[in-house]
Amino acid sequence: MGELVLQTDSLEERKLREALPNALVKAKVHKGELYLCVRREQIREVAALLKNDPELEYRFFSECVGVDYSRWEHERDLEGRFEVVYNLLSLKLNRRVFVKVAVDDGQKVPSLVPVYAGAEYPEREIWDLFGIVFEGNEQTQRFLMPDDWVGHPLRKEYPLGGEDVLFAGGERGPAVEDIAMPHAGESFEGKTGTEEVSGR
Amino acid sequence: MSQSNPLTFMPSTETVFQRVGENTMVVNMGPQHPSTHGVLRVVCELEGETIVKARCQIGYLHTGMEKEAEYQQYHKCVVMTDRMDYLNANGNNLAHALAVEKLLGCEIPKRAQYLRVILAELSRIASHLVWLGTHALDLGAMTPFFYVWQQREMILDMFEMMSGVRMMPSWIVPGGLRGDMPEGFDKKLLQFLDTFPKELEVVEGLLVENPIWKERTYEVGVLTAEQALDLGCSGPILRASGVPWDLRKTQPYSSYEDFDFLVPVGEKGDVYDRFLVRIAEMKESCKILRQAIEGLPEGDFRTSDRKIAPPPRHELDTSMESLIHHFKLYTEGFRPPVGEAYAAVEGPKGELGFYIVSDGTNRPYRWHERPPSFMNLKALEVLAVGRLIADVVAIIGSIDIVLGEIDR
Repeated sequence: MGELVLQTDSLEERKLREALPNALVKAKVHKGELYLCVRREQIREVAALLKNDPELEYRFFSECVGVDYSRWEHERDLEGRFEVVYNLLSLKLNRRVFVKVAVDDGQKVPSLVPVYAGAEYPEREIWDLFGIVFEGNEQTQRFLMPDDWVGHPLRKEYPLGGEDVLFAGGERGPAVEDIAMPHAGESFEGKTGTEEVSGR
Repeated sequence: MSQSNPLTFMPSTETVFQRVGENTMVVNMGPQHPSTHGVLRVVCELEGETIVKARCQIGYLHTGMEKEAEYQQYHKCVVMTDRMDYLNANGNNLAHALAVEKLLGCEIPKRAQYLRVILAELSRIASHLVWLGTHALDLGAMTPFFYVWQQREMILDMFEMMSGVRMMPSWIVPGGLRGDMPEGFDKKLLQFLDTFPKELEVVEGLLVENPIWKERTYEVGVLTAEQALDLGCSGPILRASGVPWDLRKTQPYSSYEDFDFLVPVGEKGDVYDRFLVRIAEMKESCKILRQAIEGLPEGDFRTSDRKIAPPPRHELDTSMESLIHHFKLYTEGFRPPVGEAYAAVEGPKGELGFYIVSDGTNRPYRWHERPPSFMNLKALEVLAVGRLIADVVAIIGSIDIVLGEIDR
């Protein structure tokens, strides 16, 4: 094996490059925390490695978060509309690692439930609020949103307020207060969060 | 945004379990059940009185705070954090403030850090007291409820004295605190610290050696350390399973390294152990509080960076610059540099963290809380299996959930 070129001098990156040479896209230390950006297809192997390696022991699954980068105007670590950020903790090293994967609409992220049982709830939440599908943890029922809800509210194009409401006479439309006092980010008149008024 | 078929809103158990066994039946617990501590719905599949399978249905309190925050300036997001875990408002404020300060890279004066510790520890005691009262009430012990409510009232009085608000102070903000400790607060706190341990002992005496209490909690809902880590359970649940992990000790924030306190751990990981761990934690919190109030340093209660914290009131009358800073701060807010940050505190229910992504504007690009109850709730589905239906009540109580935080 040739000389390893590391982007950070962390044990995690070294282990990962040795065991799964193709998985890692980028590693960085940002505000004192280690971020490992990996390929989506190999997230399960990466998580299993971090968990089971006797020198690392990332046994505590803290959470995973979805982020929609479709309105992002700055430099990114990964390509793809969404990012899922896994927050893992090693009690042995007393250290946190953030593992990131990128995913586009229509793509699936392998579920981490076989590795960490605790991944079930956050993955369901991410599906519910972002519409990111986790392979092996596919859901048909809404989690946080009502059962009959359409759409994924934490996507950037989803409006804040102005939802359709069913009125007594059978009419549908945005609630009255929303029409009377439109505030930044509402979109039922074709405005979205990118409009000048919202400050973005 | 909703579909036109209103019938789908009917709660059905078929959507929860695709197939139910021949000798079993499905019982729906909640969302209006008094022992679910809010609007939690647990669908249990029973064989006789034994639980074969349990699933939690949540989302009844979902208010989209994470979406709302993307449209608010950072200092306006603070008030939403209180309403997540409404029993531990100060702890949520603290976690949020730490995450934003990490993004900003600003230093907080020692006095502000100590005052934050005081507020957070008082919140921890108040949260544990509510847990103790309701948990005991669920299992048929009514008396402790009245004792602990009396004590919690005194803590809420202190919050009122400090901030004017009893439950949602929003007093810990990015950059420090909204105001300094009022006169007489220290006297009131010390008085509380003198009486509280004795009152706690009274409640403890009602339960610790109580045979009925032991019958209901001993070796019920045993969670091993391995399971707890795997499920992402944190806080007293993890510690009751024998893992001495407390972020206040292992990754100290807000000057916790200055205080001398112990981390109580359990042996078995059952409901009884979780009860003992929380009782012991309250006593440790009293130790921290006494050290913090007696060693409270002199200084400012917020950072001197005028871009983050407002200038003192008297400067507004004399200094044009202060007036501009004040105006800009309350109209535009501050703009953290592009980046992401995660900061976690040890809340009464577990690891309470905020993950914030900033795109350089005055509003967060993504604002997420790691709710400890949300991750801990998964343990219920695991622990309930094989137990009697009456034990579910004990297990829910011992997990100590707050639905405001789970649903957000």
